[in-house]
Amino acid sequence: MGGKGELPAWVDLGLIPLLNLLLALVATSVVFLLIGENPLEALGIMLNGAAGSIKGWSYMLYYATNFIFTGLCVAVAFHAGLFNIGGEGQAYFAGLGAAMAGLGLEFLPWPILIPLTILASALFGAVWGFVPGYLQAKRGSHIVITTIMFNFIAASLMVYLINYWFRPVGKMAVESRNIGSFDFQQLDLTGAYIPNLRELSMGLFQYRLPSSPLNLTVLLAFLVAWAVWYFLWRTKIGYEIRAVGSNTNAAVYAGIKPQRIIMIAMAVSGGLAGLVAVNEVLGAQHRLLLEYVQGAGFVGIAVALMGRNHPFGIVLAALLFGLLYQGGTELSFAKAQTQPRHGGGDSGSDHPLHGGARAGLPALAHRSFLQAGGLRCSTSSSAPKPCPPPSACRCR
Amino acid sequence: MSVPLILACLAGLWSERSGIVDIGLEGKMLISAFVAAAAAASLGNAWLAMLLAVLVSVGFALVHGYASINHRGNQVVSGVAINMLAAGLAVVIGNEWYKEGGRTPPIPFEAQFAIINLPGFDLLSGTPLIGPYLKIVSGHSLLVYVAFAAVILTAWALAKTRFGLRLRAVGENPHAVDTAGISVALLRYKAVILAGILCGLAGTYLSVALQGSFVRDMSGGRGFMALAALIFANWRAWPSMWACLLFGYLQAVGLRMQGVKLGTFEVPVQFINMLPYVLTVVLLAGFIGKSIPPRASGLPYTKDR
Repeated sequence: MGGKGELPAWVDLGLIPLLNLLLALVATSVVFLLIGENPLEALGIMLNGAAGSIKGWSYMLYYATNFIFTGLCVAVAFHAGLFNIGGEGQAYFAGLGAAMAGLGLEFLPWPILIPLTILASALFGAVWGFVPGYLQAKRGSHIVITTIMFNFIAASLMVYLINYWFRPVGKMAVESRNIGSFDFQQLDLTGAYIPNLRELSMGLFQYRLPSSPLNLTVLLAFLVAWAVWYFLWRTKIGYEIRAVGSNTNAAVYAGIKPQRIIMIAMAVSGGLAGLVAVNEVLGAQHRLLLEYVQGAGFVGIAVALMGRNHPFGIVLAALLFGLLYQGGTELSFAKAQTQPRHGGGDSGSDHPLHGGARAGLPALAHRSFLQAGGLRCSTSSSAPKPCPPPSACRCR
Repeated sequence: MSVPLILACLAGLWSERSGIVDIGLEGKMLISAFVAAAAAASLGNAWLAMLLAVLVSVGFALVHGYASINHRGNQVVSGVAINMLAAGLAVVIGNEWYKEGGRTPPIPFEAQFAIINLPGFDLLSGTPLIGPYLKIVSGHSLLVYVAFAAVILTAWALAKTRFGLRLRAVGENPHAVDTAGISVALLRYKAVILAGILCGLAGTYLSVALQGSFVRDMSGGRGFMALAALIFANWRAWPSMWACLLFGYLQAVGLRMQGVKLGTFEVPVQFINMLPYVLTVVLLAGFIGKSIPPRASGLPYTKDR
């Protein structure tokens, strides 16, 4: 490797991420200064908005749920030496599975229906991940490009499907009809409705939580994070995935078929992204609507990198990004109130700083974690080695 | 439609031939489209706008270079980070400056590139048969000609100059280049800067010449299509141009075909929009055969191995 000595683990795992985070904050501050805002004030609003109230915490956990799924999605592919940028499209397409099962099988009682819809979401996500995996393994198409193309294809396809298939006749909004319902006073659950934590606490304990989209899927996320750890480090397939990712030649020599592993890894990866649909379609929105993934697929890349592709790290990173997201949203609301309302053009629903703060902050945070990638490969040999693009692996 | 594709594709060509995978074409195009639009709208000069856009794009390219050459970071990751950063920054700054949800105001006509009519073509355009076709060749803005000139220059420089030879070598076998006493890092930096310049031109064309303003995410995956074209063309200049022309043609067909009916069945717009992406996938999967990337592309170079 790089020839430098190994750094102690606490430096590698604790100090460097912290320094990177500080660097990201400094970089963000520069942007804030450039556009004439006080970075400290902004940071204060962000932290207070995300961690200063139960409502903030709920939103943070709700965002983190998505990021755990997408982060795991990227990590599983990464362990196989694949770079899956398609989490966004896989999560979006999975909504189709969630809605089809949730609406088409709604005669079933919920204890059967909810697991079925979760499976359907994962299955549709897996299909959208498997196809690029197949093309990579059998046809040698570059996985990065195919997954990006699949993001675009999913975006167009879903607009069409929601518009022509799912939208009830005579309704203007481009969305499906509601999936399931939950009467929390009677605790009467029908259909594929994953209950909101607020409704649950009202129904069970008569305790009033502030309203938020946080729902039971968050528990699923933690469970799945553990399952992914078990899958990667305790099962045969998981071992084979990691073997292919760290050294394809050695894996072949050991009798592992990389093509098969690539397809499996991509399907699992897509399935994990697909669980975002459970959180969004079944848990938060209770209907299928346009663009509900909102960039979670791309944030997953940053989350996976920051979490060092380990489920535990990913959960922590997802919480941090949840905080950034929720804080960023609070910030844009706070700033929108102090400034005159700007003519929003087509982005009528967006607050002026909203999209920017959301897109910009994670990107900046991400930016410096890239440096962690750089540092990582020169200082430590135990961490997963940044992989060459799959096409390069395959041509040996 | 093909011009930004060609420019971006050549940018990818230079970068990847030197061994630096560049997923960040999209981001560099986007940020330079934004800078160009903003500069053209406020300064009223297309040339100044182009210069600024190229500078910013080169800046982003250098960040990518720094991460992947000096720090030996994962080049794909670095490129994706650049894409995210560009998309975020363009919207944040655009909002702050113009308060229009990330757009820039329309660029005044005098700040756009003038149409250049090739000398002599006006006389010929009256002639029957070839007259109408001459319009394809003449009457474009300068960047169109720059793009095609860049193809010729790239093909020539890669094949015939010492710089081109060394650059190709560094993408295939950096150890040999290093042994010959040439700096691998410097060569790669040069390639990355070239890619930055070309992406800057592509972005400028997108906002100043094609659209007349900047809207968020206006590059719409062109950077990735350029990469697909590059793979399709097997990392060579002339085939890249043909591949980009093909993709550009598909995009144009997509725009034209909206609302077309096949028999009684009206093709939904969404399917037309999907067409270029689907075809990219199909082309990548089916008709390329084995494409061989430069051997060392994506691999960071360490001296002491």
